[in-house]
This record gives sequence, C-alpha cells and structure tokens, in this order.
Amino acid sequence: MNLKLKIWRQKNAREAGKMVDYNISNVSPDMSFLEMLDVLNEELNNKGEDPVAFDHDCREGICGMCSLFINGEAHGPDRGVTTCQLHMRKFKDGDTIYIEPFRAKAFPVIKDLVVDRSSFDRIQQAGGFISVNTSGNTIDANAIPIKKHDADRSFDAATCIGCGACVASCKNASAMLFVSAKVSQFALLPQGKVEAHERVLNMVKKMDEEGFGNCTNTGACEVECPKGISLENIARMNREYLFASVKS
Amino acid sequence: MAKSALLKSSIAKKYWMALTGLFLCLFLVGHLIGNLQLLYGGENPSLRFNEYALFMTTNPAIKILSYLTYFSILFHAVDGIVLAYQNQKARPVKYAKNRPETNTVWASRNMAVLGTLILVFIVTHMVNFWSRMHFDKNMPLQTVEINAGGMKQLFYLTTDGGYLPKAQVDQGMVVIKDRKYFYDAQANVKIKEGYMDLYKITVEFFKHPRYGLIASILYVIAMAVLGFHLYHGFGSAFQSLGINNPRYNMLIKNFGIAFSIVVPLLFAIIPLYIHFFLKA
Repeated sequence: MNLKLKIWRQKNAREAGKMVDYNISNVSPDMSFLEMLDVLNEELNNKGEDPVAFDHDCREGICGMCSLFINGEAHGPDRGVTTCQLHMRKFKDGDTIYIEPFRAKAFPVIKDLVVDRSSFDRIQQAGGFISVNTSGNTIDANAIPIKKHDADRSFDAATCIGCGACVASCKNASAMLFVSAKVSQFALLPQGKVEAHERVLNMVKKMDEEGFGNCTNTGACEVECPKGISLENIARMNREYLFASVKS
Repeated sequence: MAKSALLKSSIAKKYWMALTGLFLCLFLVGHLIGNLQLLYGGENPSLRFNEYALFMTTNPAIKILSYLTYFSILFHAVDGIVLAYQNQKARPVKYAKNRPETNTVWASRNMAVLGTLILVFIVTHMVNFWSRMHFDKNMPLQTVEINAGGMKQLFYLTTDGGYLPKAQVDQGMVVIKDRKYFYDAQANVKIKEGYMDLYKITVEFFKHPRYGLIASILYVIAMAVLGFHLYHGFGSAFQSLGINNPRYNMLIKNFGIAFSIVVPLLFAIIPLYIHFFLKA
C-alpha cells in the first residue's frame, strides 16, 4: 500500500505546531498502525530527519499508552481497539491519513503526537484508590461475598486503561467517562463504599481543576472507547456525586 | 464543600440543566394544551381562548408557575452559555480532521446553537403575544356583533357573562381603565371587566396579509429547532440526573423521541391552521 500521511509536528510544548505531509510506500496491510509509523520513522532516521514522536508501550491493547487521533477518530476508524491493535488493512491503497495528537487543554502536547496525560494520574491520586492496611495482615479481597451482578459491573469499569480516547473524542474534551469508570469500579464494591463520598467529590473536583470540559451526553466517548466503557458509569457517578454532595 | 459541589461543579451544572430542562418540558405540555384550544374551541372559540388567557394571567397558582418558568428559561440559557464557553476553552487547538458524525448524532453536538435559536424565538414570541397581553396599552377587548332591533350593534363581552354596548364607550359614558376595566364616567366606579382579545391578536398575527405567511413559516421552523433540541435534551436530562438503567433506557429514549416529534408538531399545526384554514 502507498499512503499519504498528514502528521502533526510540534517541536516542544512551547512552540506552535503544524500538519506536515509524508508519503510512505510498501506498507503491508498486516502491519499495525504503530508499525507503519515505525517504518516511517526508520525512513526519516535514514534521511537524517527528526523522527515522529508518538506514545506506545505494550502494543497489545492493555497499557493505554498509544493514542493518536486518526482520520478524525480516536484510535482510528476501527471500534473497540487501541491504535496498536489497528491494522493497516482498515485503510485503502492511496488513502490520505490525518494523524493528530489527542487534543485537550488538559492534555498538552509534549512533542509531535505525544501528549501529557498526567492530569489523569492526578485525578486518580485525588481518590481513585481504597485505603487498606498492607502491614502483613491484609484481608483477602474474596473473603467478602459480592453479588455477581455488582462484581461484573465493577470489573467492566475496571477495564478502563486510561488512554484518554474519551477526552479526545468528546466535543467538550470532557473526562467524565474515565473518571466515572474509576469511581464506579470502587463504588460497586464493599471495599470501595467506605470512602465513596470523598472519592467522588475529590475526583470530580480535581477533574474540573484540570480544565476538562463538561459532559453534554453526546455519547462519543462510549463509541470510541477501546474498552467499551458504558455511559451507565457516568450516570452512576452523577448519582454518587448527588448523594455525596447532599450528605457531606 | 457540598455547597459549591451543588452549584459550581461540572456535574452540578448538568443537574440544573436537566432539572430546568425537564420543567420546561412540562411547561411545553401545558402551553400546548392551552394553544390547542385555538384549534378546538367548541361553539365560541374566541371567548373560550380569551377566558383561558384571563385565567392564565390572573390565577395565583399559575403566577407562581409562570415565574418558575421565566426563571427556568433564564437559568437554562445562562447555564448553557457557561457550559458552552467552558467547553470551548477545554480544547484550545482544534483537530485538522474531525469526524464526529461517526460517533454522535447531529442534535447532540449542536445543543448550544439550537438553544440559542430557541431563545431568540422565545423573545420574539413574547414580544408578539406575551408582552401585548401584559403591557400593551392598546390591547383590544373582545367584542361581539349582535342584531338588536334590526340594527347591528357592537357589544363588549364582560367577564360576568354580560354585554356592554360599545356605543356607551364611544360616547364617553363609560371609560376603559387599566386596559380592561369599564368605569362609569360620572361616578368613576368600576362596573365591569372585559376580556382582552388575545384570540384576535393571535389570529390577526398569523393571518396578516403581508407577514402572516412568513410568521407561520418561521414559527414552524422554530418548532423544528425545538424538536431537535428535545430529541437530545429529553433523554440527556435523565442521564444527567443519574437515571440510566437498562430496564428503562429504551422507554426513556423512545418516549423522548416521541415527545420531541409530537409536541413541536402539534404546536406547528396551529399557525398553519390559522393561516390557511381558519375563516376570519
């Protein structure tokens, strides 16, 4: 396959960036999208040019590191996959492909396609945990019986890999799907109920401080989420938040 | 903490958006039922409608509801503007290529634009009807033509079910004060109350020889805009309030779609009926 790439190039966080055109040939349809970029970077390196910086780590869809807004969609046109799981067979020979970083005020560009998603970490640190005694007498989590229904919902929420596709896809750059997944994962379990009120209040406060937009229920996040996190989680967080703010 | 959490946070803004929005949905239903009397007025449609208008402007319970409605419209609009502004700021650099149509419906992405258009409509609508009913010095009172002794005479209809010859007012024996009260000119005592003729105002507005057609068309367009706004807004309000349960989601969604089609459609039929079919 021969492709025309339009890639966002930005030297660093301070300088302005722009879209730059590249042509790439002999792309195998069996390559992953990241492997295609590896090939491009090898060519750029050989020519002595600056390679395109992009995020990646596990390359098997579980670390949440790879990002990219490809042809107008987070993680590209495929559904339920991250960019490392996106194959070049989803594109046609001769296609023009736009490759941009995830865009949000709370995700500033570090270089080219690499964005700083540490705002997610700070939201997690504000309450996305449970406090347990780990001094040698930790109670086995399975010692407490939990309804299968709740355990399943909690586990579904816990599959969020924090990639930020929800923020990137949302017209408001809202982080509600991410935060609601992290809130739900604990809110559904007895271990998480102890700190449920503080958790949701603190995480939402942090989310707002980080400069994410407000949710307007367009549902783009749910469609683009590589892990299929449901909007149900946002509704649950809205409920949790309402009860927590009335009671505290 | 709780105080700011219930007023200023991103989620709280959505609660208020949802609550005021749902209240305005109820208002729409009430307003629609009132307006439909223009279509189905029984024997004397104009009197029926004007009696209804009198009730709506004087009943104390309705007064409270109307203030709640004004507040809801203002709050919904201001909150919406704040949300739109903040959301705009949340993505300073836009995408070179974005395909939101692959993951969202058009109405959900354009709530602010649709809402602004609805606000413009509400303002013009209130100037055309509401403000005349409330403030217009020249608001007409309902009259009826009666054959009295072979002579056609105009009478004012009065709220006690009686008639007052228009000639008495023309000759200065009776004066009209506060737009609708008949006073005995000599004794300066209130004798009767007339009906402000909102029916006449409405029919003349949509039957106006020059502007009636364009007014009717603009009204229909405004209702289409309202329909799209409701198409997303109705279901969205439930999600914002945390009501999302697989058992009821389809019900809420389908009811919302039906609501967003039926309510604006019924509203839109009224000016079209007046303009094209009603015999003046």
